[in-house]
Amino acid sequence: MDNSPTTPVDLEKVKNILDSLPISATTRDILAGLDCHIPDPERTAYNIRENSRCAGRHSTPEIQIVPKTDGKSGVDVYVAAGTVDQSVYIPACISQSGVDEDVYNDFHIGAGAKVKIIAGCGIHTHSNEKSRHSGIHNFYLEAGARVIYVEKHLGGGVGRHNVQIDPITHCELAEGSYLEMDTVQIGGVDDSRRLTTGTVGPGASLVVKESLLTEFEQRTTTDFNITLAGAGSSVELASRSVAKDDSYQEYTSVITGDNACKGHSACDAILVGRGKVDATPTLRANHPDAQLIHEAAIGKIAGDQIIKLQTLGLTEAEAEQKIIDGFLRTL
Amino acid sequence: MLKLNDISYDIPDREGILKDVNMEIGTGEMVVVTGPNGGGKTSLIRAIAGVIQPSSGEIWLDDTDLTELGITERANAGVAYSFQNPVRFKGFRVRDLIRIAAKRRMKEQEICNVLSRVGLCARSYIDREVDGSLSGGELKRIEIATVLMRKVKLYLFDEPEAGIDLWSFGHLVEIFSELRKDSGATIVIISHQERIINLADRLAVLADGRLTHFGTRDEILPHLHIRPFSFSCQTDGAE
Ligand SMILES: Nc1ncnc2c1ncn2[C@@H]1O[C@H](COP(=O)(O)OP(=O)(O)O)[C@@H](O)[C@H]1O
Ligand SMILES: [Mg+2]
Repeated sequence: MDNSPTTPVDLEKVKNILDSLPISATTRDILAGLDCHIPDPERTAYNIRENSRCAGRHSTPEIQIVPKTDGKSGVDVYVAAGTVDQSVYIPACISQSGVDEDVYNDFHIGAGAKVKIIAGCGIHTHSNEKSRHSGIHNFYLEAGARVIYVEKHLGGGVGRHNVQIDPITHCELAEGSYLEMDTVQIGGVDDSRRLTTGTVGPGASLVVKESLLTEFEQRTTTDFNITLAGAGSSVELASRSVAKDDSYQEYTSVITGDNACKGHSACDAILVGRGKVDATPTLRANHPDAQLIHEAAIGKIAGDQIIKLQTLGLTEAEAEQKIIDGFLRTL
Repeated sequence: MLKLNDISYDIPDREGILKDVNMEIGTGEMVVVTGPNGGGKTSLIRAIAGVIQPSSGEIWLDDTDLTELGITERANAGVAYSFQNPVRFKGFRVRDLIRIAAKRRMKEQEICNVLSRVGLCARSYIDREVDGSLSGGELKRIEIATVLMRKVKLYLFDEPEAGIDLWSFGHLVEIFSELRKDSGATIVIISHQERIINLADRLAVLADGRLTHFGTRDEILPHLHIRPFSFSCQTDGAE
């Protein structure tokens, strides 16, 4: 397998970083799958976990990654106020089965900082023994901070892998800050309980784009509980999910508007085969100027979409795959 | 050459959506199909593209018998079909759909060229989602672009003018005029527009599932009343 990075960056530098790390070939594969290419060490802080240990850690003068000292595993990431154009990579890779871990990562983003955080967990094991990873992430954004957070979850390997990934994410957005979370979990995860909670301060915005695919007998539940606390705060939740075969997904969202605010949640699901989806969006308006909207749409792939792609020469199966990839934003 | 032999189409509660339609359209020929709403025009084109299976009859494209082929196989045998009602795709950007139609990776400039052919200012459209955020006219032009960009033996267009504003309509007429001149392909267009009808080598009229007229403009037009904003088909004396 070719593990070379695909991003157009200084290839020599990237090669050196990945080569210098004492990680297995499987971990290299997982990192590639998680889009962790570590583009530029001068502008990138990283902490790479491999089978519950740290396989490499690097801080920049502006972004410090500090291991937890309270006995929990995980790190604190401190981004200095005003930091721009830097990124943080914190992938967790599991290539041995039998791992069962809770990892606590806290992100403290200083006022006005603008950073991208790439996280995710890849589990790639070769036996039937259960592996479980729970990433418990807290985001504290100070005034005016802007964060793009990208998180991928991958399961794979041979055997009837028994993979559980439970991400728990909490965020607190101070005045005028912005957090965009782009999370993707496409197959390979047998059991997943996702929980995202947050409080959005005055003029702050939270955007969550979630893409989920379950197949076989996989089960995923995703829960959002967001409070719009500040005047002019907003949240946009967009969950897209595909439930194939005999899989099951449950979507619950609660948006509470405690001030003049805007909240929108959209849960779109495609059913393939006997897949099942439950969607329960809830809105709570506690202020006369709270504007809250929810939409939920569940159904099969539209027949005319498949026909259109067939008239362009795709087979029915290819058409279905393209429609799903597009829908999950992985095209 | 496209050959339709005795095409009929019935569905359980409705017989005679198409009744014994026979047509032979030459390579490089452009035929405009017109007629009243519900006459069977869309059904005919969908039968040619393989979207519906006629109850009886045969469809040939040159030496290939299309009759038993599926939609994909017909597309790969050289049939391109532009829908009357374009399909929306959540999550597809315009560039994704164009790339799928091309069946290959395309440079941004190539995608822009395809879009400017249908009069869309490319850079601002390329990353738009092919969903409810595009207007009907924009979707229609993207739909036409996905068909024009394919090099095929047979082009089928179902009411390409629908949703296109008057200003852009002139451009559309030019597109068909060029396609007729340059492609060497067989072209079937369902249209009610006089300027598109005027491009046709021959004109066909479908009413109540039957091919009531098929001939040159001079032969057919005297039998049709075309007025601005209204169209009616004089069926008395036909057949
Ligand atoms: N699947 C269908 N079910 C019921 N009626 C249909 C179906 N498809 C077409 N029809 C009917 O067949 C007739 C012809 O339709 P169509 O081919 O769309 O006509 P046109 O394109 O000329 O307006 C119409 O009366 C239409 O309602
Ligand atoms: Mg029609």
